[in-house]
Amino acid sequence: MKAPHIRFERRLSSPPGLQVVALIVALLLAMITVGIIFYFLGVNPFVAFQRIFRGGFGSLFGLQETVTKSIPLMLAGVGLTLAFRGRMYNIGAEGQLLMGAVFATGVIRIVPDWPSYLLIPAMFLSGFLGGMVWAFFPAILKARFRVDEVLTSLMLVYVAGELVRFLVYGPWRGTDTRGFPITDEFPLASHIPTLAGTRIHYPTWLLAVLLAVMIYVLLTRTKIGYEIRVTGENPEAARYAGMNYQRVALLVMLISGGLAGLAGTGEVAGIHFRLRPPEAISPGYGFTAIIVAWLARLNPLAAILTSFLLGGLLVGGDAIQIALNLPAATVQIFNGVILLFVIAADLFAQYKIRLEV
Amino acid sequence: MGVNIFEFILLALRAAIPAGTPLLYGTLGEVYAERSGVLNLGVEGMMIMGAVSGFAVAHTTGNVWFGILTAALVGGLLALIHAFACITLRVNQVVSGLALTMLGLGISGMMGKRYVGQPLAARLQPIHIPGLSDLPVIGELLFRFDILVYIGILLVPLLWFLLYKTRLGITLRSVGENPAAADALGVNVAFVRYAAVVFGGMMAGVGGAYLSVSYAPAWIEGMTAGAGWIVIALTIFAIWDPRRALLGAYLFGGVRVLQYRLQPLGISPNLLNMLPFLLTILVLWISSGEAARRHIGAPAALMTPYSREER
Amino acid sequence: MMPEDGVVVRMKGIVKRFPGVVANAGVDLEVRRGEVHALLGENGAGKTTLMNILYGIYHPDEGEIWVNGKRVTIRSPQDAIRLGIGMIHQQFRLVQTHTVVENIILGLKEAFFFPDRPARRRILELSEHYGMKIDPEARIWQLSAGEQQRVEILKVLYRGANILILDEPTSMLTPAETHDLLRTLRRMAKQGQTVIFITHKLEEVIEVSDRVTVMRQGKVAATLNTSETNPRQLAQLMVGRDVLFRLEKKPIQPGEVVLDVSGLNVLNDKGLPAVCDLALQVRAGQILGVAGVSGNGQRELVEAIAGLRPVVGGRIAVNGRDVTRLLPRARIESGIGFVPGERWMALVPSMSVAENLILKNYVRSPIGRGIWLDRRAIAVYADALINQFAILTPDRHTPLKKLSGGNIQRALLAREMSEKPSLLIVAQPTSGLDVGATETIWQMLLAERERGTAILLISDDLKEVLSLSDRVAVIFEGQIMGEFLAEQADLEQISLMMAGALRLSDANVVGEAA
Repeated sequence: MKAPHIRFERRLSSPPGLQVVALIVALLLAMITVGIIFYFLGVNPFVAFQRIFRGGFGSLFGLQETVTKSIPLMLAGVGLTLAFRGRMYNIGAEGQLLMGAVFATGVIRIVPDWPSYLLIPAMFLSGFLGGMVWAFFPAILKARFRVDEVLTSLMLVYVAGELVRFLVYGPWRGTDTRGFPITDEFPLASHIPTLAGTRIHYPTWLLAVLLAVMIYVLLTRTKIGYEIRVTGENPEAARYAGMNYQRVALLVMLISGGLAGLAGTGEVAGIHFRLRPPEAISPGYGFTAIIVAWLARLNPLAAILTSFLLGGLLVGGDAIQIALNLPAATVQIFNGVILLFVIAADLFAQYKIRLEV
Repeated sequence: MGVNIFEFILLALRAAIPAGTPLLYGTLGEVYAERSGVLNLGVEGMMIMGAVSGFAVAHTTGNVWFGILTAALVGGLLALIHAFACITLRVNQVVSGLALTMLGLGISGMMGKRYVGQPLAARLQPIHIPGLSDLPVIGELLFRFDILVYIGILLVPLLWFLLYKTRLGITLRSVGENPAAADALGVNVAFVRYAAVVFGGMMAGVGGAYLSVSYAPAWIEGMTAGAGWIVIALTIFAIWDPRRALLGAYLFGGVRVLQYRLQPLGISPNLLNMLPFLLTILVLWISSGEAARRHIGAPAALMTPYSREER
Repeated sequence: MMPEDGVVVRMKGIVKRFPGVVANAGVDLEVRRGEVHALLGENGAGKTTLMNILYGIYHPDEGEIWVNGKRVTIRSPQDAIRLGIGMIHQQFRLVQTHTVVENIILGLKEAFFFPDRPARRRILELSEHYGMKIDPEARIWQLSAGEQQRVEILKVLYRGANILILDEPTSMLTPAETHDLLRTLRRMAKQGQTVIFITHKLEEVIEVSDRVTVMRQGKVAATLNTSETNPRQLAQLMVGRDVLFRLEKKPIQPGEVVLDVSGLNVLNDKGLPAVCDLALQVRAGQILGVAGVSGNGQRELVEAIAGLRPVVGGRIAVNGRDVTRLLPRARIESGIGFVPGERWMALVPSMSVAENLILKNYVRSPIGRGIWLDRRAIAVYADALINQFAILTPDRHTPLKKLSGGNIQRALLAREMSEKPSLLIVAQPTSGLDVGATETIWQMLLAERERGTAILLISDDLKEVLSLSDRVAVIFEGQIMGEFLAEQADLEQISLMMAGALRLSDANVVGEAA
C-alpha cells in the first residue's frame, strides 16, 4: 500500500497565456480566501471589499493616496524585478529603503542651506547611495563567499531599523520635538514638490516611472541586461559564455538597493519632511515590494501597474480600518494570501500536477 | 554606583529569563525545522497567532492551559501550511515564510481587536519550588517564575539529547544534511520534514502564548514586536544547537528588556539590539566555507527542496 | 531453499526502455552463490540499468527476476534489501557531517536511545571479519574515498545483505585503495557472499572475478568463466565488430598546428587528478577524435581547454599563443569554439532561439554596439544562421526549448561555427539524437573541417570517432594510450587501449605524413 502523493511533471513550455490565466485565477482564489477569513473573523467580506475598493480606487482622494503609496512600492519593486531576474534574492529592500532615508537626511544635516535645485538632487543621490551601501554587504558576501543573500539581506533590515531608531532617539533627535523621537523638520528647500492639494510628490513618481522604463530598457536592449538575464536563467551558460558572475551579482544588488534607497528618500523628503522611527517611515513597503515584483512577473513595466494595485490595497486597508474599526495590520492578510497564491500559481504554470493514489 | 555587581547580575537575570523565554521556545522549534532542511520565516506570524489565540481561549474559558494548548495547535496549523507549500508543492521557502508572517500579523490584529485592554483572570502564577524558592535573595529573584519558564529550560537538554543521542535525531539531522542518502535508506524525507516544521510552529505558538498569558499578560496588537525575526537570527547564532539557543535566548531577551536600563551606562539600546542580527551575518559568513560548515555543522540541505525525480 | 545449481540471482529477458533508448533489450543474467561476478561493458551498454532494476530503483518493462529460486517483484531498494541484495553506488550516499556509525544505522529500527552503542560493536565485528579497517566514531568528511567506500559496504553488510552489487567501485579510488578493495571482495566471496561487480576495466575483471558477463548495446554478448578467457577476447566482445559508417571525406592536407597541449594536468570536481601529463596536437583542417570510456578525463580535458576548469600543470597553446591562464572570454576571442557534452550548459532553454545564437558574439559589433544590443543586427544575424544551417524553428523568437533535440544541437553548432573559430571542440555531438539528425551534424562537422578548422572531437561512441576523425587518440585515466590514423585503426587494439590494457609506446605511434 502506498500513500497518495503528488507528482510534478515539468511542462516543456509554459505558454504566456497560461501564466496570465494562472495569475488571474490565483488572485481570484486569494480574494475568496481572504473573504472566508474575514467572514470567520466576523467581518462581512462583501462590505469590506467594497470599502477597500472605494477607499483605494473609488474616489479622487483615494486615488491620490493610492498614487502616493505606489511611489515607494514602484521604486523598490522595480529594483527587485532586476535583482530577481539576475537570480539575486534580495529580500532586504525594507532595510535599503530605511538607509536611503537616513542618507537623505544626512544631506540635510551637512548642507541645510543649499537651494532647492541642489538640495533635492543631492538627497536623491545620497539616498541612492545609502540603499546601495546596505545592499553591498549581502551582494559582496554572496559574490565572493557564496553566503546566502536571503538571510543576510533580511538580517540587515533589522539592523537598519535599529540604526534609524538610534539616530532619532539619539544624535539626530530634533531640538523642538516635544520629546518625540524625530528629527527637526527639514528646511523648506528640501521638500519635494507635491501636486496641489495632494501628497503626491510627483517628481519622485516621475523618477520611478522613468527608472522602470530604464530598467526595462536595460534588461531588454543592453549587453549587460542580456548578461543579467542569462545569468539569472542559467548561471552555468553565463560562465560558459565568459560572463562575469560577480559583476552581474553586484550590479543587480546595488541597483535594486539604490532604488529602494530612492524610495526612502521620497518618503522623508516628500511626505514626512523628517526622519522618524522606521515604522513611521515605512509600513513594510520593502516587503510589499516583493509582491509587487512577483505579481509583475519580474517585468519592470508591469511593476508600475502592480505597485498601483498594491498601493490601492494599502489605502483601502486604511479605509476599512476607520470605517469598520479594524486594526492597521488587516491589510497584511491580503498581502500574505496574495503572495501564497501567486507563488502557487507559478507552480501550476510550470508543472503539470497530478495526484497519484 | 550604589548597586553591587552581584545584585545587578541577579536583577538582570530575573528580567532576562522571562523576556528570553518566548525567544527560547521559538528558537528551539526553529532549530528542529532548520535541522530538517526547512527555513521557516513565518515564525513571527506563528508567534503572534499563538499569542492572540492563547489569550483569547484563556480569556474565554478561564483556563490558561487551554489557551497554551490552542496556541500550540494554531502555530502548528500555520506551520502545516508552510510545510505543504515548501515540501509538497516545493515553492520558495523564503516567500512562503514571509507570506505566513504577513498573514499571521494580519489575522491576529483582527482576531485580537476585542481583547485589547481586557484583563486576564486566568494567568500563569509563579510556582513555588520547595527549598530553592525559599533561599534568601536568590530564591526570591530566580526561583519565582511560572511553569512555562521551567519547561523551556527543561526542553533544552531534552531536545539536545533527542537530536544527538537518539535514532530520531540521527534521522532528522540526516534529512537536513543529505536527504538523498536518507531516502536511499528508506527514510521518509517528506514526513520527517513535515513533522519538524509543524513542531517548530507549535513551539513558536507556545512562545507567543507565553507573552500574552504570562509575560504581559494581556493582548496588545503586534506584541511580538519582531521576536520572530530574532528567533531566525538566534537559530543561526546558536549554530542549530539547543544548548546555545538557551544562552542566546536569555542573552538577547536580556538585551531587549534591559536596553533602557543600560542607557545611563552609556550603552545605546538600539546598537545593542543590532547585535543578534549582526552576529548572525557573521556566523553565516564564517559557515560559508565548506570546511567551516562541516566543523560547525550547518545543515547542508537548508532551503533545498528534495524530490526523488530530479536526479 | 537454495536451488541445486547454486544460482542466487536469475534475471530473464529483462527489457527496459527509456524515452528514445532501449537500455536493456532482453537481458539474461545468472549469478551463483559465493562468486565474484563481473559485469563488463562500455558506458551505455546497460550494466547499471540492469543492476538498478535488480535493486528496485527501476522497474523492468518486461522480464522476470528470481532470487534464491523464488520469483520476486522488487519495487524499491527496501524490497531488495529484504531479499538480501545491497548496492553500493558510484556516488557515495553518506551524510558528511555524521559519524560512521550514524551513517550505518540510519533508517534502521535500532534502539531509540543511544542507538549507536550496540551498533558500534557489530560494526567492529563486521570490519574485522572482512578485513576492512574503520573507525566507527570518525566523521565521514575526515575519511578518504576508500574509507568512505568501506562505510558504504558496511552499510549494506550491516543490513544483512549477502548479494552485493558494486557499481564501478574503483573509479574514485587510488591504485592502493583499489588493491585493498579487490582483496576484500575476494575475501567476502570466500566467506559465502555473492558479489556483482560492474566495471569497464579489463584487468580488474581478470584479477578479481570468477565469471564475467559482457554487455554490449543493452544485450548480453557472452558469459564466460574468467579463467577460460583473456583480455583480448573480452575487449572484442565489449566493442563488437559493427560495420563502420564510411563517410565521404575529402582528403585534406593538414595545415599548421592549431591546438598544442603539453604536459596537461587537470583535477576533477572531487579534486582528484583527471587529466595526467596529457599531450596532443590538432592541425588546421584535421579532426582529432578522442575515443575512450566516459569518465576517463574527457570532460575535464575539454573544459580545461575552453577555460572553464583550472589547469594545475602544463600548457595549452592555440595558434602558437599560450592561452593556459586566459579567462573563458579571452579564450573565445582567441578563436576557440566549444560544443560541450552537456548541451544545456551552453544554452539558455527558456530564452529565444535568437538570444541563444548571440551568446558568444553579443559583445562585439555588429550585435553589440557600445552598451547596446542592436536588435536589427540580431534579427539579421539570427535569420541568416537559421537559414544557412536549416534550423527548424517557427521563428527566431521561439524559446529554444521548444525545438527538437537535433535542431537545438544544430543551433548550438551553428553558433559556434559562425564565429569562424580556428579550433572547434565538440563533445558528444550526437548523443541522444536520431539517425537523421546525427547525419546532419556529421555533415556540418565535415564541412567545418573543409573550411580549415582544427576540430577536437570527444565521443563515447567509438563508431562516431572512427567515422569522422582523421586521427584518433585513445584516452584512459587521463592519459593518451595511443594515437593513430583513423583508416589504420585496429578495433581490437583500440578496445584494449580503452580498457587500459595496452599502451602504444612512442615508437609504435603511426607517423603523420605532414
